[in-house]
Amino acid sequence: MSAFLRIVWIVVKKDITVEVRSLELLSTTIFFAITVVLMFSFGLVVEGRAVPDVAPAILWIAIAFSGTLALGRTFERERQNDTLRALLLAPADRPAIYVGKLTGILLLLALVELVLVPLVGLLFNAPIFAHPGRLALALMAGSVGFCAVGTLFAAMLVRARSRDVLLPIMLYPMTVPVMIAGVRGTAALLQPEPELAIAQFWLALLATFDVVFLTLALWTFDPVMTD
Amino acid sequence: MNQLRVVDVARYFGRRKALSQVNFTCEAGEIVGLLGPNGAGKSTLLNILATLMSPSKGTVTYGDHTAGDSGPAVRASIGMLGHDLFLYPELTARENLTFFGHLYGLPDVPRLVALALEHAGLTARADDFVSSFSRGMRQRVALERALLHDPRLILLDEPFTGLDQASAAALVGRLRNRQQAGCLIVLATHDLDIADRLLTKALFLINGKPVADVGGSGQLRDRYQAAVASAPA
Repeated sequence: MSAFLRIVWIVVKKDITVEVRSLELLSTTIFFAITVVLMFSFGLVVEGRAVPDVAPAILWIAIAFSGTLALGRTFERERQNDTLRALLLAPADRPAIYVGKLTGILLLLALVELVLVPLVGLLFNAPIFAHPGRLALALMAGSVGFCAVGTLFAAMLVRARSRDVLLPIMLYPMTVPVMIAGVRGTAALLQPEPELAIAQFWLALLATFDVVFLTLALWTFDPVMTD
Repeated sequence: MNQLRVVDVARYFGRRKALSQVNFTCEAGEIVGLLGPNGAGKSTLLNILATLMSPSKGTVTYGDHTAGDSGPAVRASIGMLGHDLFLYPELTARENLTFFGHLYGLPDVPRLVALALEHAGLTARADDFVSSFSRGMRQRVALERALLHDPRLILLDEPFTGLDQASAAALVGRLRNRQQAGCLIVLATHDLDIADRLLTKALFLINGKPVADVGGSGQLRDRYQAAVASAPA
């Protein structure tokens, strides 16, 4: 295993161990995501019928909100005993530490999405199992883009006093393109007659955002964390 | 690394000057103390020496290298004990040390961890969660975490906080041992009695600026008070 991947694995393994012990992040994030979807269902589902085409937007709103919560709490954990500085002090590639933290957050968000997607499908009568592979790809690509930027910002803000306010203020405007592509791509897949070509286009756009955001984050993580 | 050289280092946070005109060297086998009241810039200087922060002005040279030209290699030779302890409370003492051992790419991590736990006097509680430890016990684990990779440059921020007399004496012994092994040690402390016995030289910092050692009766406490009194308001 290369040194880079070894560091990624060490950081991910530590994050999983800590989370398995406390289940704090997983339980709060899933509970929050379910609450968001339920609130929307009370407003948008009347007599068992959902307002048409709202399911993708609600799915991505729930992912964005619960992702922000997960990002904030993950780095709050690293802030409490200043362990983020201990990670940065190690003679490891700092981008590998970034990728390790990002992977941990993505795993957490994947578990949340495993609960979210069937719930949205059930409450909003959305055909989520029509193209499960493509839907999974869209969710993965959207989550990577959102969390790539979010992990960088959350790490940057770890010592800022107003980090809980600043994180969404900085994160949401930057990730609007990811959210739009995620919603449009998912909407194309959840139509009664799925528009696969359109879904493919948005998926390709999401993949492009992922490459751009990941490259920028890997490039800037080290200098940003030093100052 | 046989020498740490700090030349004209300054650090600004916006308009606020946290450090200015800091110059000193630390040779192999020396223990340099950073002394000063709260907010004097001691922790900022330690963060700069640890490569966690870059100076706004000036240079820090580690032997023949700078943090800019060989970051990971420089960081591999630094061990830091921060004011916060850099430990995960949800992990046991053994798991914490093992995690950092792997992160530093050390060989034979289980043996090194067992040795570190023995040094900390915590072999019997190795598999207890750090969250169940007293401040002093956590401090001992944190010190072993900082020394696990046998660093040449040891940076300590208030290392005696929370330690009882026996643990403080053990820490002094440990530092003397590292000093005799040729390590360079820089520590920030308010404990002037221990510092007096331990330090090779002292740097008095007031409002981020070094103040001249103006003498006094020869005791570190008197020299410190004389330096503080001589500092411009």
